[in-house]
Amino acid sequence: MSLSSDGPKIMPDAESARETIETESIATPRRGPLRGFRARWNDLARPVQWAWMLIVVAIAFALPYLNFFPLTTEPGNDWPITCATMAVYALVAVGLNIVIGYAGLLDLGYVAFFAVGSYTAAMFTSPDSPLAKIPYLWTLPIAIAITMFFGVLLGVPTLRLRGDYLAIVTLGFGEIVRILATIIPAMKGQVGFQNVGRPPGTEPNGVPIFSISNGIPWYWLTLGVIIIVLLLVGNLERSRVGRAWVAIREDEDAAEIMGVPTFKYKVWAFAMGAGVGGLSGALFAGQIGFVNNQKFDVQTSILFVAAVVLGGAGNKVGALLGGSIVAYLPLRFTAIADWKYLIFGVVLIVMMIFRSQGLIPAKMRLLAFARRAARWTSAPPPESPPGGTKATEGAAS
Amino acid sequence: MLDLVLMAHPVMDNSWINFDFTTLIQNFWSATFDGLTFGAVYGLIAVGYTLVYGVLSLINFAHSEVFIVGAYGIVITLTTLGFGPNPPTLGPLAIIGDLLLAVVVGMIASALTALLIERIAYRPLRRRNAPRLAFLITAIGASFAIQYTIFLLQGPLGGPSGANAMPSVTMFVQHPVFDVFGTIVYDVQLIIVIAAVLLMIAADLFIRRGRTGRGIRAVAQDPDTATLMGVNKERIILITFIVGGLLAGAAALFYIMLVPSGVIYNGGFILGVKAFAAAVLGGIGNVRGALLGGLLLGVISNYGQILLGDAQWADVVSFVVLVLVLLIRPEGILGQTLGRSRA
Amino acid sequence: MTDLTHPSPPLDGEAETHTDPPLVEGAESERELAVEVGENLVEVRNLTMKFGGLLALDDVSFDIRRGEILGLIGPNGAGKTTCFNAMTGVYKPTSGDVLLEGVSLKGRKQHRITRMGLARTFQNIRLFGEMTALENVVVGLDARHRTSVVGALLRLPRHWREEASSIDRGMALLEFVGIAQHAEKRARELSYGSQRRLEIARALATDPKLLCLDEPAAGFNPAEKEDLMALIRTIRDEGYTVLLIEHDMKLVMGVTDRIVVLEFGRKLADDVPAAIRNDPRVIAAYLGEPEDDVA
Repeated sequence: MSLSSDGPKIMPDAESARETIETESIATPRRGPLRGFRARWNDLARPVQWAWMLIVVAIAFALPYLNFFPLTTEPGNDWPITCATMAVYALVAVGLNIVIGYAGLLDLGYVAFFAVGSYTAAMFTSPDSPLAKIPYLWTLPIAIAITMFFGVLLGVPTLRLRGDYLAIVTLGFGEIVRILATIIPAMKGQVGFQNVGRPPGTEPNGVPIFSISNGIPWYWLTLGVIIIVLLLVGNLERSRVGRAWVAIREDEDAAEIMGVPTFKYKVWAFAMGAGVGGLSGALFAGQIGFVNNQKFDVQTSILFVAAVVLGGAGNKVGALLGGSIVAYLPLRFTAIADWKYLIFGVVLIVMMIFRSQGLIPAKMRLLAFARRAARWTSAPPPESPPGGTKATEGAAS
Repeated sequence: MLDLVLMAHPVMDNSWINFDFTTLIQNFWSATFDGLTFGAVYGLIAVGYTLVYGVLSLINFAHSEVFIVGAYGIVITLTTLGFGPNPPTLGPLAIIGDLLLAVVVGMIASALTALLIERIAYRPLRRRNAPRLAFLITAIGASFAIQYTIFLLQGPLGGPSGANAMPSVTMFVQHPVFDVFGTIVYDVQLIIVIAAVLLMIAADLFIRRGRTGRGIRAVAQDPDTATLMGVNKERIILITFIVGGLLAGAAALFYIMLVPSGVIYNGGFILGVKAFAAAVLGGIGNVRGALLGGLLLGVISNYGQILLGDAQWADVVSFVVLVLVLLIRPEGILGQTLGRSRA
Repeated sequence: MTDLTHPSPPLDGEAETHTDPPLVEGAESERELAVEVGENLVEVRNLTMKFGGLLALDDVSFDIRRGEILGLIGPNGAGKTTCFNAMTGVYKPTSGDVLLEGVSLKGRKQHRITRMGLARTFQNIRLFGEMTALENVVVGLDARHRTSVVGALLRLPRHWREEASSIDRGMALLEFVGIAQHAEKRARELSYGSQRRLEIARALATDPKLLCLDEPAAGFNPAEKEDLMALIRTIRDEGYTVLLIEHDMKLVMGVTDRIVVLEFGRKLADDVPAAIRNDPRVIAAYLGEPEDDVA
């Protein structure tokens, strides 16, 4: 059959249809400095890509030892511990990116999941807690499970609501968890839980490997967790789940009409984001060794949002970058630490106006066999047309 | 491993949650009147949320900062005029005059803040046809930018350090007015509730009668058609923000009457969430709903606070009310009247 | 079963609709060869839609038979889009029902209706702009996939199988509608005509029994409309049933097997295109009452 000509004369209503499509996602990439880079990256052969990624990972693991001037913090801040904090924030951003960046759900109370994860780790390992004690590493999956449960609990009633309402409900939820941590006596308010557990292992001289003063093991542990989470999230991206999320973000009603069970996938996004939040909270609790109600305020939720938006909503590497920056800047430039909320608040406003796609725009590959498609467009197509429901009944000769 | 966990203490003992019915029943009426008084304040703030939501379909997260800036204006005016923690020694007319001046300053400060937010944060996004998510992100960014600007400027500009509240200001000593159901009703409570109701009736009339009010309703229902009918959409949006700001400024005065030491950089935040819950409860987009929702929420959250023993339980209760309303009847008690529900 | 062989010739002196030049000669003979229709696939029964005080649809009933191309036409405001939306689950009917293969669609969620076999396109193109053409189609294919979230997370075998077949089937669909060379382009970057075709491919990807096209030719020039007509016929020849809303009379007359006409929310006529063209009530609905002195 003949192909339609490209560039037809467009009638007025078609023009407005165009506009509808063009204004959907905040992650609309425009011409940017990274476009060429991304094209070159995609052209590399798989093994070469893996090689480059291994180099980046090696540098990341070596980061605590790269303690030289422009990079590292002013005296008074420990560089390895800063790295560990950056890693935790990066992980948080990856988790929140699933909610905001992939599914397009604005969660303004993400710190609640972070807090639940921290308190879980603390209450199952700290001697101050009345609960039975378990080894620290077991608190990680438990924290994930509990936060996912809360994610579903919060999500099921609220994810049917419009985006605005979801935002304020999550905002309220974040505050509520903090308030509950203060006013429920068993949560020990400001006193909190000391001596949170740690993974096992001691050095030859008897000092435990993981301690609150040594950031390097915690950093490596968190980095390892990040790598695993990135792989899993990447799996989701290049599957029907990732496609469903992007479809929901682009046009939820159209997605529903195309057969995507939008509610189910929104709840999954929320739950998985919550799980990652809880996991990072548990790691954070172990690293600093002490959990109380002072660390989980609503401003931190906004910092998390700023991390995702700054890095690039919808891009997991962008999220890593955003989280790292948000953690790094106040620690590196301690003079501005008091200003960080103001700065990142302004960053949010400015980014939405001028570069809503963030530093690293989203361009998810959503197909597991994308390269296979490329071979199609150059090779001749097979003979048979696609399958369909044949109307064989009732056809008379 | 499960058996280890099960050895943990039961959850529902007194260290987790505690219901105190006795105190609530003993103080039922005073709790109700207090609730109504605070509720009137919530209602005034709620009008700002509800109008902007009706016209722009946007939750203006920064409205809580519109409120607190007004509060700062009032406190600064009053301290300049000589008010302080101790009751003033001026005669009643002088006090009223000073309060009027303060509330005008507060209302102007609030309205200006609202205007600024709309111009700097929201309008550029409208121009670019940004999606919903962008507006919400900007809104929360604006809220925090303003909060922390106040936090950082408060000390250097002559006040206490940002982490502390502004000095408390007593406007007058409250006197009992009459006695009902065995409970004293104070003049402060009457003044606030009556003034708030009057202000909201004025706002409601403004929306229902007059050209501008019609314009607001038109833009709320269908912005494009309204523009085609000659309504200046941008002007209407500005007016909507200003009206919300003015009422928030008035609410700030009443709030300081009730909580003289409550003016702090993040003092607007939880009030904002409560006010928004009130707006939703009464019916978002509906000025009468804002009043009704405010009064109701004030009473309910006050009961909750007494019932559960800590002032912060009021916040938890407000939040729970918000979620319940959104689940069960999202259009609120009086339904949406300003604009129809938009998907 | 309807015999589509000989449409009745126009009566003498009959005024033709002003948008309707004489039918292209070739079109009629093609329809004579078309597949004969079968039993009912979809039954619309007494469908009524009230929006507040407005009665948008008033007791509309018609059938769609397997293998036919049914046109739904009417002047502006007749209720075509409302009917369409009520059938595809966008609106919940005030009363009446829509049955697909005997099963009621009323009150079902939209993604369920799609899984049951009813797919649609949109009047104002609602593609997923950021996704490539192929990804858009694969989202449609996903409606039939059974990989679970955990299966995707852990890359279980079913995920690999379905992903592999997605590429093949997706490319085949793009080939079918004629835009395979654009497979890797972002949907928002495609030309208008390609976007319309992509929408059709995406709808077909959900493996529907009934394909509902909402003004698929809007914005097309006559050559593109010819291509579209050919595509619709090919779709029907592949075994799909098609419901079509269109304003362009030439297209409707040229491609449909039967036409349902709505006016003011009521069904006015339900017949083969030639009969509809000459039906005075239909003409009156579009043009108003003819003047008495037209001979």
